[in-house]
Amino acid sequence: MGRETRAMQDDDATNPAVLWLLDGEALWSRKAGEAAKACADCHGDARSSMKGAAARYPGFYSAKEKIINLDQRVNLCRIERQQAPAFAYESRELLALSAYIGRQSRGMPIDIKADETTKPFLDAGRAAFNRRQGQLNLACSQCHDDNWGKSLAGNPIPQAHPTGYPIYRLEWQGLGSLQRRLRNCFIGVRAEPYAYGAPEFVNLEFYLMWRARGMKLETPAVRP
Amino acid sequence: MLRFFTLNILFFIACSVSAGDDAIPAPLTGARGDPGRGRALVANRQVGLCLLCHSGPFPEERFQGNLAPDLRNAALLTEGQVRQRIVDPGKANPGSMMPAYFRTEGLTRVAPAFKGKTVLTAEQIEDIVAYLVTLK
Ligand code: HEC
Ligand code: HEC
Repeated sequence: MGRETRAMQDDDATNPAVLWLLDGEALWSRKAGEAAKACADCHGDARSSMKGAAARYPGFYSAKEKIINLDQRVNLCRIERQQAPAFAYESRELLALSAYIGRQSRGMPIDIKADETTKPFLDAGRAAFNRRQGQLNLACSQCHDDNWGKSLAGNPIPQAHPTGYPIYRLEWQGLGSLQRRLRNCFIGVRAEPYAYGAPEFVNLEFYLMWRARGMKLETPAVRP
Repeated sequence: MLRFFTLNILFFIACSVSAGDDAIPAPLTGARGDPGRGRALVANRQVGLCLLCHSGPFPEERFQGNLAPDLRNAALLTEGQVRQRIVDPGKANPGSMMPAYFRTEGLTRVAPAFKGKTVLTAEQIEDIVAYLVTLK
């Protein structure tokens, strides 16, 4: 990331994602659904109650015996607590809430732990990362482990540490989720991406966040 | 007719590989390709994709890759070895990251638009081989 992009990201006055943060803050305290409850009615002030939360996602959801990401956690509260319909993936509302919650963990280390319960999901994510796929038959690891720092037709290959999602991309002229970014790499190797929210995608996200454990969260990040 | 022709080619490749060769000596199409078209294919980022990973003598192309050796290295190989490295590089080097440009089996989760299709046609591969051997 260039110096200018970093400066734009770190200053709330110039970070273009701030518009989503403001939306997220408004949604946090707006009553919704049959239950007529706002997030704030259960969780209080997000600036204290959500501190560190995003650094622990994706995480294990015991009721469903699977790993869920932050978008899915938000939608579970929508459905179960607010009795409102789930927000669509990549909708302005869902990105706004996830960015606002993520903002409360900015600067905190990513805190994903592997234990007996989560190991099968972590292993599935790792296997997907190391598996060659698509018509171009490339594994994520061949670029992001074996060749990071090198140039793919002039594009520096990053290590694929997802420290800033949802992220503002100048190329997208908007905010997007990690799964939106992963779809780009799938399409690049001419592989069929998973559907948004598919367990295979969430396990891959879980592995990537575990791989980046200890790194500081910078949500919402800005990238060219 | 075309289908029969393609099967023939695949059969031919299978034979030459099972013979333990690291080269495919004869052109896939039965004829030499066109080096001018080959050069354009190598430089094309949507078709040949070579410059994503490789560099080469393309002063007009600003953005080239550095994941792979310069294409001028092909000068160290015979024409048949160059052909094999494009058709299916894994045959010469099992750990190769380079995609196989003329193979459809043994792949995972290929996007529907590309299923059952090779990255390049036999004609395109011959054009590229014809270009690469001019780098000697
Ligand atoms: C052929 C090389 C290549 C392969 C294979 C590849 N990527 Fe990428 N990836 C890139 C490049 C180059 C970028 C940065 C380009 C950009 O974001 O503008 C990138 C960006 C990313 C990012 C964003 C990192 C950030 O800083 O925000 C993630 C996450 C990622 N890749 C994950 C994956 C996963 C998961 C796979 C496998 C499904 C994969 N990549 C396959 C080349 C590759
Ligand atoms: C995703 C990366 C990638 C792409 C795309 C790619 N290559 Fe390669 N290529 C490699 C790597 C890495 C090697 C090094 C040897 C190996 O690993 O097999 C290589 C080796 C070669 C060699 C053998 C060179 C030697 O010294 O042995 C030739 C010839 C070659 N590539 C030509 C091409 C051509 C022509 C194209 C496009 C039609 C192309 N490559 C596309 C990665 C790539």
